[in-house]
Amino acid sequence: MASEAKAAESASGLPQLDFSTFGNQIFWLAVALVVLYFILSRIALPRIAAVLAERQGTITNDLAAAEEMRTRATEAEEAYKKALADAKAEAQKIIAETKAAIRQELDRANAEADAEIKARTAEGEKQIAEIRAGALDAVKAVAADVAGELVAAMGQKPDGRSVNAAVNARMKG
Amino acid sequence: MEGDIVQMGAYIGAGLACMGMGGAAMGVGNVAGNFLAGALRNPSAAGGQTATLFIGIAFAEALGIFSFLVALLLMFAV
Amino acid sequence: MATEAQGSEGGGLVFHPMDQFMVKPLFGDGAVGMFTLTNVTLWMVLAVAATFALLVLGTSKREIVPGRTQSVAELAYDFIRKMVEDVAGKDALPFFPYIMTLFMFIVFANFLGLLPMAFTTTSHIAVTAVLAMLVFVTVTVVGFVRHGVGFLSLFWVSSAPLPLRPVLALIEVISYFVRPVSHSIRLAGNMMAGHAVVKVFAAFAPMIALSLGVGILVTPLSILAITAIYALEVLVAFIQAYVFTILTCVYLRDALHPHH
Repeated sequence: MASEAKAAESASGLPQLDFSTFGNQIFWLAVALVVLYFILSRIALPRIAAVLAERQGTITNDLAAAEEMRTRATEAEEAYKKALADAKAEAQKIIAETKAAIRQELDRANAEADAEIKARTAEGEKQIAEIRAGALDAVKAVAADVAGELVAAMGQKPDGRSVNAAVNARMKG
Repeated sequence: MEGDIVQMGAYIGAGLACMGMGGAAMGVGNVAGNFLAGALRNPSAAGGQTATLFIGIAFAEALGIFSFLVALLLMFAV
Repeated sequence: MATEAQGSEGGGLVFHPMDQFMVKPLFGDGAVGMFTLTNVTLWMVLAVAATFALLVLGTSKREIVPGRTQSVAELAYDFIRKMVEDVAGKDALPFFPYIMTLFMFIVFANFLGLLPMAFTTTSHIAVTAVLAMLVFVTVTVVGFVRHGVGFLSLFWVSSAPLPLRPVLALIEVISYFVRPVSHSIRLAGNMMAGHAVVKVFAAFAPMIALSLGVGILVTPLSILAITAIYALEVLVAFIQAYVFTILTCVYLRDALHPHH
């Protein structure tokens, strides 16, 4: 039976070991591989490599553009901050100036008012002094009169000069 | 008669050859299990070693395939 | 012969898990010659066409903001390019189209092979052996062109103690020449195994037509199993393409920098 099996081998043995088909398989494999190799190395792989490189380039460019945009945004922010700080400083300056002006005005008005008050006070004092002086004279006159009358009432002839002198002496004393 | 004995021997041999596949199974299991143990110990290094894992599995499995091939040869080609 | 014997034992179930791998002419039933148009031709052309559609037609608009197809194309490009750079080094970039070709072909052949009624070209040892030998020859030639005899220092492990070195050198030489074998059989074996298992479970599925009692249990189970294995196969289809490519990169690194 073994010999029979050997005889009928090519039909039912392992197809992989059927050497009569090897030439055919190897030939078509060679054709397929050569065709595939040329397709890949001539068309497909350079094309894919180009697409990938192009994409890489685009990504790099976009990244650079984004980086530039970011720099510009930062710059704009810096400028804004600077403008804001300037404006604040300006406002501060204006406030200080205004304050100083107001203070100056106020001081001047105060000084004027003080001077006025002083002048008025001096005038008042002068008037009071005049009045006081006037009053002293009057008192002197009245005192002399009263002294003269008293002397007369006591039956003597009043001597005007000595009465005045006495009054003056009393007033001083 | 003689041919029947030859065929019987071939089939018994094919069955015995299939035991080799058990060895390959143990080998593949060993490779994968040890890889997993190592990967759990150091997960960060595991990713770079998957290629090595597959090569190891392929080498271990190939020997099992050889025994399967012997079985096939005994059954269909002898 | 063997399949028929098994089929009769299965009580009416038909097991032909290997028939899906048969190379047949597309037109007629003649013998398969060197240049015959076969299902191998068809599915390889489809793989090339799918790659063309994804990488050439998908990127024809050259959009800066990619659409869906273009995203996938760029993803594949970046994936392999990063792999070549990381694993094999920057000076391996001239080999990038070559590695990309291998990856795209294998990944599309694997995925197209998962379609029902499809033929999986990468499940054939003849195909994967050629792919692996291409890598092996490239790596060896590049190694000798770049480093001359110095390439042989790859086998002389200078970090090992001196008495061990000849033994290690022998082992290294053997493992170097086993590389294309394991490289090709890994891919073909994985693809063949998964598809054969799907076919075996598929053969159990019509059990319900033969016997209601057994079938009511077996049929849903086998359909569930097909679904699970199919999901695994989708994963395997990608991982095997990935592994094939990354191993190519690893071998290329050895050729470019043999002093380890």
